[in-house]
Amino acid sequence: MSAAETLLEVEDLRVHFPVLRGIVFHRPVGTIKAVDGVGFRLARGKTLGLVGESGCGKSTTGLAVLRMLTPSGGAIRFEGRDITQADADTLRPLRRRMQMVYQDPYGSLNPRMTVADIVGEPLAVHDIGTPAERRAATAELIALVGLKPDMADRYPHEFSGGQRQRIGIARALALRPSLIVCDEPVSALDVSIQAQIVNLFEDLQTRLGLSYLFIAHDLAVVRHISERVAVMYLGRIVETADRRDLYKAPLHPYTQALLAAVPIPSPALEAQRAHPVVAGEVPSPMNPPRGCHFHPRCPHAKPVCSETAPALRDLGQGRAVACHLHGD
Amino acid sequence: MSAAALEPAAPALPRNALLRFLWRLFRTKPLGAVGGVIFALFLFCGVFADLLAPYGFNQISPINRLKPPSLQFPFGTDNLGRDLLSRCLYGAQLSVIIGFCVAILGTAISVLIGVVTGYLGGKVDLVAQRFVDAWMSFPDLVILIVVVSVVGPGTPQIIVILGLFFGIGGSRIIRGAVVAVRENMYVHAAQSVGASTARILWRHILPNVLPPVIVLFTTRVGAAILAESGLSFLGIGVPPPAPTWGGMLSGSGRTFMYQAPWLALMPGLCLTIVVYAINVFGDALRDLLDPRMRGSR
Repeated sequence: MSAAETLLEVEDLRVHFPVLRGIVFHRPVGTIKAVDGVGFRLARGKTLGLVGESGCGKSTTGLAVLRMLTPSGGAIRFEGRDITQADADTLRPLRRRMQMVYQDPYGSLNPRMTVADIVGEPLAVHDIGTPAERRAATAELIALVGLKPDMADRYPHEFSGGQRQRIGIARALALRPSLIVCDEPVSALDVSIQAQIVNLFEDLQTRLGLSYLFIAHDLAVVRHISERVAVMYLGRIVETADRRDLYKAPLHPYTQALLAAVPIPSPALEAQRAHPVVAGEVPSPMNPPRGCHFHPRCPHAKPVCSETAPALRDLGQGRAVACHLHGD
Repeated sequence: MSAAALEPAAPALPRNALLRFLWRLFRTKPLGAVGGVIFALFLFCGVFADLLAPYGFNQISPINRLKPPSLQFPFGTDNLGRDLLSRCLYGAQLSVIIGFCVAILGTAISVLIGVVTGYLGGKVDLVAQRFVDAWMSFPDLVILIVVVSVVGPGTPQIIVILGLFFGIGGSRIIRGAVVAVRENMYVHAAQSVGASTARILWRHILPNVLPPVIVLFTTRVGAAILAESGLSFLGIGVPPPAPTWGGMLSGSGRTFMYQAPWLALMPGLCLTIVVYAINVFGDALRDLLDPRMRGSR
């Protein structure tokens, strides 16, 4: 792990949104700490899975990494450069190096542009090559993601969800980025199509040396593609580990619950195993619980859990967990 | 229409893009095409009214007052013995041109204000939309009377004033559509690629708010013709004896409604047909320009 070059390093990232009241004069009445002290490292050519429930801040983390929004604190280093507070002019060339694949294959493609226009747009925006060269590059990209050349002049509505996601991937690849943030890229697809798209991601990674920040809300998909996995809960990372360790022996009670929620395709086994079901809902990030954010839902909560928030403690061998049950 | 789908490839599809577009229009949207033809016909009549009209629009013939439609006067005559057909033809010149120009100007203003404020949002949006609120809450007529009494009545003035009115009011519709389109992920994707605001507005926002823009335009043509008639009625529109359909309807048409119904009927029919034609043409245009409708019939 340490041998590989670090592509992206995030340290103590904070994204806070003020909650405003008032029509003419906005006065802040609170803060939503969507991301509150998240840190991770992504090596070149590798995949980091970022997992958590809806509203835990994983997508916000992805957007902050791409600098589609400005972090409230912390540091983001991409290809050795600190881009935490970089302005629009500095970011423009950097946008070529990092791209995004979206969750919704229907909303993420402009219905009034042809596939060739969509895939070629990043090239046109950055004024790369002549129009003829761009057309050739676009055709190459369309082939690269497994679409037929004659599809180039068609419109998005003529494609299935999986094909549309391929178009979105081709667009993300157009500028030859080193980092792709995949924001739940397969969760809107049929299970059979999910596998195809995940395989396409893996195939492209080995061919182009891409790094993925792979955001997902379930651990099953992430298991196939990620070398490392970080589990988020309410704006914080609660556990991070190499894939094998995490799936073999989850440490944090929340990770254990998430893993238990992954169904096993065998009714007999499914009936046998224990189900540590997490009770209740995710608390509001505007008013999170004191101490460990997870303690109201945690089956192992101790008195200390409602008092002090556990820090993310390094347990060695690339494992870290933020829980009072471990490492004390 | 399904039989058309089974036909072998259309014989020699025209090369020219415009011709190809018209070909598609007639094949897939015959009603809209008829609407377009009717509108073109009225435009033609308006432009060549001087050649087509059998009499002058202000040629008074006292012995032929209030004559019903006949061979000599196909649309009848009015209370001053003026030929109604000629007046309707000249009226096409004024009314259709006013309607068309007002709609173009108004829609352009609506799109400009709506797209910019809707996309940028925030303070720009807040300030611009409060201005629109203020403008819309002010009685139109008061402003119109004041402006006309300052600049004097006339066709160009009417076009500019009505265009401004329709444009500022209609910007609300376009803004609403833009706010909805702006939230789409493809806009986000374009931003994340580093596309400029101008490019996003032109390539992503504008094409996707085209349907309401077309509807706005087609409804404005009719509304402008009617608004002009209202202004003429108040004496601040295009001054008489210039024949506008609205003026004919609200002037002699109203006064002599019972003795000579054709006085109101003929310009009223012209107005209805033009407005209807442009509406169905607009609908067809909207569908044809939507790639999702391509191939479907």
